[in-house]
Amino acid sequence: MRYLPHTDSDRAAMLAAIGVKSADELFVDVPAAARLAGPVAGLSATKSELEVERILSGLAAKNRPAGSQASFLGAGAYRHHVPASVDAIIQRGEFLTSYTPYQPEIAQGTLQYLFEFQTQVAMLTGMDVANASMYDAATAAVEAVQMANRVTRRGKTILSGAVHPHYRETIETHGKFSGFEVVSLAPNVDGLAGIEAKLDAKTASVVVQYPNVFGRLQDLTSLAAACQKAGVLLIVAIPEIVSMGAVTPPGAMGADIVVAEGQSIGNALNFGGPYVGLFAAKEKYVRQMPGRLCGETVDADGKRGWVLTLSTREQHIRREKATSNICTNSGLCALAFTVHLSLLGETGLRRLAGLNHALATTLEAKLAKVKGVKLLTDAYFNEFAIELPRDAGEVVDALADKGVLAGVPGSRLWPGDASMAKTLIVAVTETNTVEDMDLFATKLAEVL
Amino acid sequence: MDKSQGRSAQDAPAQELPPFVTASGHRGLQLEEKLIFEQGVPGRVGVDVPEAPQGAANKLGAFARKGAIGLPDLSEPQVVRHFTRLSQKNYGIDSGLFSLGSCTMKHNPRLNEKMARLPGFADIHPLQPEKTVQGALELIDTLAHWLKTLTGMPAVAMSPAAGAHGELCGMVAIWAAIQAKGEGATRRRVLVPESAHGTNPATAALLGFTVDPIPANERGRVDLAAFEKKLGPDVAAIMLTNPNTCGLFEGDIKKIADLVHAAGGYFYCDGANYNAIAGRVRPADLGVDAMHINLHKTFSTPHGGGGPGSGPVVLSAALAPYAPLPYVVHGAKGFELVETKKSGTSPFGRLKGFHGQMGMFVRALAYMLSHGSDGIRQASTDAVLNANYILARLKDVMSPAFAGGPCMHEALFDDAFLKDTGVSTLDFAKALIDEGYHPMTMYFPLVVHGAMLIEPTESENKESLDAFIDSLRHLATLAKKGDQADFFHAAPRLTPRRRLDETRAARSPILRWKPTPPPSPTAQAAE
Repeated sequence: MRYLPHTDSDRAAMLAAIGVKSADELFVDVPAAARLAGPVAGLSATKSELEVERILSGLAAKNRPAGSQASFLGAGAYRHHVPASVDAIIQRGEFLTSYTPYQPEIAQGTLQYLFEFQTQVAMLTGMDVANASMYDAATAAVEAVQMANRVTRRGKTILSGAVHPHYRETIETHGKFSGFEVVSLAPNVDGLAGIEAKLDAKTASVVVQYPNVFGRLQDLTSLAAACQKAGVLLIVAIPEIVSMGAVTPPGAMGADIVVAEGQSIGNALNFGGPYVGLFAAKEKYVRQMPGRLCGETVDADGKRGWVLTLSTREQHIRREKATSNICTNSGLCALAFTVHLSLLGETGLRRLAGLNHALATTLEAKLAKVKGVKLLTDAYFNEFAIELPRDAGEVVDALADKGVLAGVPGSRLWPGDASMAKTLIVAVTETNTVEDMDLFATKLAEVL
Repeated sequence: MDKSQGRSAQDAPAQELPPFVTASGHRGLQLEEKLIFEQGVPGRVGVDVPEAPQGAANKLGAFARKGAIGLPDLSEPQVVRHFTRLSQKNYGIDSGLFSLGSCTMKHNPRLNEKMARLPGFADIHPLQPEKTVQGALELIDTLAHWLKTLTGMPAVAMSPAAGAHGELCGMVAIWAAIQAKGEGATRRRVLVPESAHGTNPATAALLGFTVDPIPANERGRVDLAAFEKKLGPDVAAIMLTNPNTCGLFEGDIKKIADLVHAAGGYFYCDGANYNAIAGRVRPADLGVDAMHINLHKTFSTPHGGGGPGSGPVVLSAALAPYAPLPYVVHGAKGFELVETKKSGTSPFGRLKGFHGQMGMFVRALAYMLSHGSDGIRQASTDAVLNANYILARLKDVMSPAFAGGPCMHEALFDDAFLKDTGVSTLDFAKALIDEGYHPMTMYFPLVVHGAMLIEPTESENKESLDAFIDSLRHLATLAKKGDQADFFHAAPRLTPRRRLDETRAARSPILRWKPTPPPSPTAQAAE
């Protein structure tokens, strides 16, 4: 077994030093009836590196990667090009194989990139402060709702009808067992419709998405003002963080908390995970924020350095009174984000965002010419919704056989909701070519 | 081993290094590195973005960004150098022995990384049609099979994103089962040993349960008599870590499970330390109802300075119907992903976006296949062997927290050996950094005064253990000699930064970089 260094004579020498005859004696505390005499039955034995590669490559070959076809899926996960140096950096052993920076003197590398990450997230979202990342956007949204409950000492949240259903369902699950009330509005392209009328003295937060799940950009300023008047925190979820290179950030429209999915910058699709949740807020809420925070300080020589800080909010100090049970972040994914965004910089991100938008409007123009297609989204970034004359799930299925992954059908996101059955959500990134788009439009016309 | 090689076995000189100043601020290969925001020149770029198609419409409406974001512009070589320099300020398991107890820093095979980057896994979208991702679903199913077989449990929930998230998942399943029995209003108390990870009480509290601590006995295990006294019809569950955070196996575990079941409650086992027993004991045979498995700890997925994690939860037959969405089933058309409630099940809902930490699943399965069932058993055995070797070779100079009997995968010491030396646990740990090691876990578990928890893992060979032991013996002997407090207080000396002021960071938090404002005209006039 190549990962286990001991020879039999090493083991014998160590057992002698311990003063036992066999390793089995080290397991004496295990109830005798539960001790296994040998390896667990029914599983394969040690395999060489070559054999493992063969098995896993075989499984990988049964999937159809986005890069092998024309792919237009989004809805919270986006395929962007990741520069080669990002992966080279995150595979450096000193980053890849380190742990939580509990010993700051030998973890300044991790701590400094977390500080840079926090700064980048705050800048992108237009907020004061950000934490060192969360699991993903859906769980970050739950933490935002819980934080709003703590800040306002109220217990109700109103979810826009244009919030990603996975975010919505995750919040609903937590509401059930944590005992906060969730008012979920029916799916609606106009994500702001009906929210203001529902604000009341029990409402702690409102969750909206920007761009919303149908891709639509909407002005949040009047909702933000109404929330502020009612003592309600406005939580804005961003599924596609590249959009911040092209549009006004939620911080400039009055958001109190911004959560986002950071996968788009530096991270591959990975079939849904691991991703990196972004979490930013107004400065006055910093001690109510969940998760890990990195802060600046000085060392014994007065030199600038970084440490994990404000840990009195956390589970390892406050235990059952902690702001959250979270005890980690998405370190490597956050590093990939920070490296990629450093490569892009102000100039690169704005160019990239502009390119994404231009390609999306190019596809929209092509699809608009297909008979029976109706556009549902006016202002958008790189994703828009269309209505088809028939069930979108069936259309997507048929197009998959013709080499086009056409987008996310409403039936996948809102199963059983007939009003969404003909909706198709289409995303475009810099990875899509004009030839891909022509193929999409042609094949769509064929199957409709 | 030839002790004249490598690190010195002599007492370190008890004086400060002479001051030495360089023009650059660098110290040899210890390079100072500014923040990215303090570098760069506007207009420089590290990624060439293709031109947008001619004549494309603009549909941003009134939302086009006004004003700059504030990001710095850097070239690709500049960015690569920046992060390479940062990496050199980090200690990882690739650098050397990483003795953090309870965190299991084992070798991270690069085969795992290679496999996770296959386009068939890395470049697939979570909402692609199922027929185009059959291999991914089969991989999840195969990993689930390994986890169920190794633990003997009938079901597993794959979606939790980390250990604490898995804990939450398992406890929600217990919550849902209690609700289903109509006992939601009465079973409100969760028993949590004092030695538990902080996530355990935090998780129970998140679900609205009252947390009731159970003391440890003098042997570092759950005090069985105190536990029995706390049982009652209002107990929802016990959350027990096994092997526990003192590095000991809870010998009464089956009795504890039987008693909590007899009282109508459930047994949550924190499986963070499963790496000590994988392949040697099946949690199902201990009466466990739910247990999360930190894939990075037991199955070697990298932790990258704090994640991402992955925390699948194995469930007993009693809890299986309440597993969260989504999950994979064998359907008529191959593998299918169940994302909504099906008849006959009572899933409690979704815990995160999409389907789980696929990238971590690939890595964990690569590790499991590499080891095989025989190798996993041997890995656990070697992890326990290594910890006991450390305990045996240090027990005369340091003070084991619980004398007598073997430990499991980690060796726990207290600060009794530092009594009256003026050297604190923290000082001792920082001195270990100058010896070239990542220190042990300090001050945890809370039940032991000045705790030092050392977990070598199965990756360490005998020579690396001996060298590490030599350093610890040297430091313990030095501390006990007396008059060495100043030497220890000044540690670490040889790191990119010396001891960092954590109090200052918390008192006046600086959590982001901000541009320095130009001096105001009035301030200039006053000068």
